[in-house]
Amino acid sequence: MRTNPKALTGLVALGFFALMAVVGPWLAPFDPSERSSALLQPPSAEHWFGTTHLGQDIFSQVLAGTRSVVLVGAIAGVVATVLSVLVGVTAGYLSGSAGEGLSALSNVFLVIPALPLIVIITSSLPETSNLTIALVIGLTSWAWNARVLRAQTLSLRRRDYVEAARANGESAWRIILFEIMPNLTAVIASGFVGTVLFAVVSEITLAFIGVSDAGGWNWGTVLYWAQSQQALAQGAWWWFVPAGLAIALLGTALSLVNFGIDEYVNPRLRNRFSMPGVRMRVGFTPVLPQDPKLAQKLETS
Amino acid sequence: MKERILEVRGLNVDYGAGPGSVRAVRDVDLTLHRGEVLGLAGESGSGKSTLAYGMTRLLPPPGVVASGEVLYHLQDGTTVDLLRIRDAELRRLRWSEIAIVFQGAINSLNPVQRISTQLVDVIKAHSPKTSPRARQDRARELLELVGIAADRLHSYPHQLSGGMRQRVMIAMALALDPRVVVMDEPTTALDVVVQRQILRTLVDLRERLGFSVVFITHDLSLLVEFSDRIAIMYAGQVVEEAASADLYRSPLHPYSDGLLRSFPALKGEKRELTGIPGSPPDLRSMPAGCAFHPRCPRALDVCGDRVPLLGQSRDGRSVACWLHPVAVG
Amino acid sequence: MSYLLKRFGFYLLTAWAAVTINFFVPRMIPGDPVQALITKQRGQMTSESVRSLYVLFGLDKDESLASQYFSYLGQLLRGDLGLSFTFFPTPVAEVIGDGLPWTVGLVGITTVIGFLLGTAAGAVVGWRRGTWADSLIPVTTFVSSIPYFWLGLVAIALLTGPGSFFPASGAYAIGLVPNWDWQFIGSTVQHALLPAFTILVSSVSGWILSMRNMMVTVSSDDYVTVAHAKGLPERRVMLAYAARNALLPNVSGFALALGFIVGGTLLVEIVFSYPGLGLQLFQAVGAKDYPLLQGIFLIITLSVLLANLLADVAYLALDPRTRREG
Ligand SMILES: Nc1ncnc2c1ncn2[C@@H]1O[C@H](COP(=O)(O)OP(=O)(O)OP(=O)(O)O)[C@@H](O)[C@H]1O
Ligand code: SF4
Ligand SMILES: [Mg+2]
Repeated sequence: MRTNPKALTGLVALGFFALMAVVGPWLAPFDPSERSSALLQPPSAEHWFGTTHLGQDIFSQVLAGTRSVVLVGAIAGVVATVLSVLVGVTAGYLSGSAGEGLSALSNVFLVIPALPLIVIITSSLPETSNLTIALVIGLTSWAWNARVLRAQTLSLRRRDYVEAARANGESAWRIILFEIMPNLTAVIASGFVGTVLFAVVSEITLAFIGVSDAGGWNWGTVLYWAQSQQALAQGAWWWFVPAGLAIALLGTALSLVNFGIDEYVNPRLRNRFSMPGVRMRVGFTPVLPQDPKLAQKLETS
Repeated sequence: MKERILEVRGLNVDYGAGPGSVRAVRDVDLTLHRGEVLGLAGESGSGKSTLAYGMTRLLPPPGVVASGEVLYHLQDGTTVDLLRIRDAELRRLRWSEIAIVFQGAINSLNPVQRISTQLVDVIKAHSPKTSPRARQDRARELLELVGIAADRLHSYPHQLSGGMRQRVMIAMALALDPRVVVMDEPTTALDVVVQRQILRTLVDLRERLGFSVVFITHDLSLLVEFSDRIAIMYAGQVVEEAASADLYRSPLHPYSDGLLRSFPALKGEKRELTGIPGSPPDLRSMPAGCAFHPRCPRALDVCGDRVPLLGQSRDGRSVACWLHPVAVG
Repeated sequence: MSYLLKRFGFYLLTAWAAVTINFFVPRMIPGDPVQALITKQRGQMTSESVRSLYVLFGLDKDESLASQYFSYLGQLLRGDLGLSFTFFPTPVAEVIGDGLPWTVGLVGITTVIGFLLGTAAGAVVGWRRGTWADSLIPVTTFVSSIPYFWLGLVAIALLTGPGSFFPASGAYAIGLVPNWDWQFIGSTVQHALLPAFTILVSSVSGWILSMRNMMVTVSSDDYVTVAHAKGLPERRVMLAYAARNALLPNVSGFALALGFIVGGTLLVEIVFSYPGLGLQLFQAVGAKDYPLLQGIFLIITLSVLLANLLADVAYLALDPRTRREG
């Protein structure tokens, strides 16, 4: 397989965030909750991202908050992916009313607005922790992938080799595990990445409106305090810019990985034969330049 | 000699550019005369479609025309190279001079537009001065020409059968009275009876309207019946070209002979149906010498070393085979 | 028509599912939130409103679950969503009635405009594949990864402040009374510009990306090549053949994505203190105002369902294959 520069960039960035999730809290120069007398200071050599109204170090908050973000994203991603595979593949493989019923179920969950649903559930829970938040997000956001997987399974089921396996009397389990699932890997992977992105944004959004792990930090809690302490009105841009950029970078990394997978799944999106001077164009096939020197250069390049 | 209308000279077409590209059409020379039906035959994957779309610059990515010329002789006596003219000029020539019926005409129609819209828009694009009424009338007339009731005019493509869609595409190709019609397996989705019926119609129309046809198929027996001249393609090259009667009577190239033995002929002497053993070569690793030699029942020693060139053999026919060395000169 | 009927049936099913979720979720709330409220409000509550809150929270221990469920449904059908804790003793239905028009006006309109703009831009970018237009993709990817509300914060920091044309909060100037005169409408528009711009910037990029991919995919379909072969003007090939077909999956994608999008856009209201459902949701979370939370969830769900139905009608009009003759 050719290396895909987009996916590679994304993976490297993801690796960085994962590393920060592990070592971030130890690397943090300060305890993120610790108050100090340096109130609302702009970035300096001591406080790289400045301080809050209580003198807390924002760099440490962002660094320490990475763990919660990555953790919730990963757990919710795994939960939603497992559910979506169970529901989607079963719905696609079963014919008749059972399949239809599962498919209707995922459509229902797809149409119900996810964030408000997550908000009412999490705020009704006796306690919120990273784990419960991740579980609620995971349990409510599997529907999109289930839908995609169902469609893929439906089309795989009609392939010759699957029909043949069925005619040979192989068990449904064997067929699903060995004939169908291997062909769904890319779709499942892309669904996982998409759900992680959704989960991360949801967790941060929840924290921003005040639903978060008690006592813990994540990028959303940083923004929550920035918003509730009127950071904007006080000109404290450093309070919300780093956390927001961190979200955008993580989001971009995840999207890049997904582009790579998309291009792998849908060859039409691939830009395989890009070369300077030749623009692949539908309807007007490029004609290579006939200048012998140029032509030779292209052939050897 | 009849008047030439389209000449392909040294055409090379690749998939992909730079390293990793494959050459699907190799050094092809072809001439189409006024009013003639030129058949293009060869096994699946021999490059027939690539040649047809390459010379009209309609080959989708990653197709690239690597080199060559496609000379088109206009009615006013001037000649243009289709590979070198500006986009606007090419757009103007398309359909009004050269129309194409694509392989798999099933997907050639825009699924969200009515047949009438798609027939009319091409007329409107090339002769904007016609009245809407006249365009509608023309569209109706075209459908009737290919045997479709005019009340189907306002149908959507999904409401037509596969065969009807192919006929619509043929009707559409004739909309502007083009001088050249390229047909890439226009009848494959149809059963044999309908196939022949459509081809009959086509040949009749050609006689009446006087256009030339490049007719592509892998079914050589069909060509023998309907075309004037036949070019045989193998692995991206033209290996034999002859009047269809000559080719049928005495194929010179062993590959042509094999092709003729692959389909039951409808008339004339019955040949033994042996087909051709083996399969076409991988374009990435073409055999040295004659590309056909690994499969050739009559291969000579020289065949594996040196490439036979297409040229006039001693009996005046075009063939690329060491059994019929090219006349010197 | 059978297509629309089927969709309508599905939306009824979804509405029922949302109502049922809404019935069960409050049963997880620890303690007795109504008792706490009664103590706080000390005798200001009528027995009728206490009863309706008990139905809402399922605190009637002597009733069976089924009969609780039916009294809940009956209450909903009467439009009774309980009393809001925060705006006590205003009924939730009334609170939502105040916020809904603002949300529909801001979030509804900008979401649709964002879709249209993004789709148009995506069509062009996809058509010009292999040119400078490709360099827009990394930018749009980055922008579409930014949460809406954070972009709102940045917009406020950069574009508002003393002397700026853009107000930083609210839906109209303080002191004005909502009515239909020009001064009020002008003020409304002025206040809506920045939040609308925020929503547009974040949502447009997502639509550009998806429409671009659809265009690239559709451009290699046979009928597009045929359109080129017909020598049609480039604009016509692009619009009537490629974009027209690429639009279809984008419209159904729009319907499916609405449930995701409203979540993000509602939060923009919080940042701009825009008096719609999003801000109310924020206040309700802070005050643990469960009846209001549930009411907002229900209303948002129903609005999304309605929007979906409209998208279905649009799809029906766009794709002849879903239309059945006879
Ligand atoms: N996109 C592509 N990339 C690489 N190689 C291709 C591509 N499309 C076609 N080819 C190769 O080019 C060769 C010629 O294909 P082409 O479609 O022109 O054959 P054909 O003679 O029209 O066959 P058929 O009778 O099946 O239509 C084949 O060997 C095929 O493998
Ligand atoms: S050149 Fe040789 S191998 Fe090739 S067709 Fe002729 S006889 Fe056969
Ligand atoms: Mg072909």
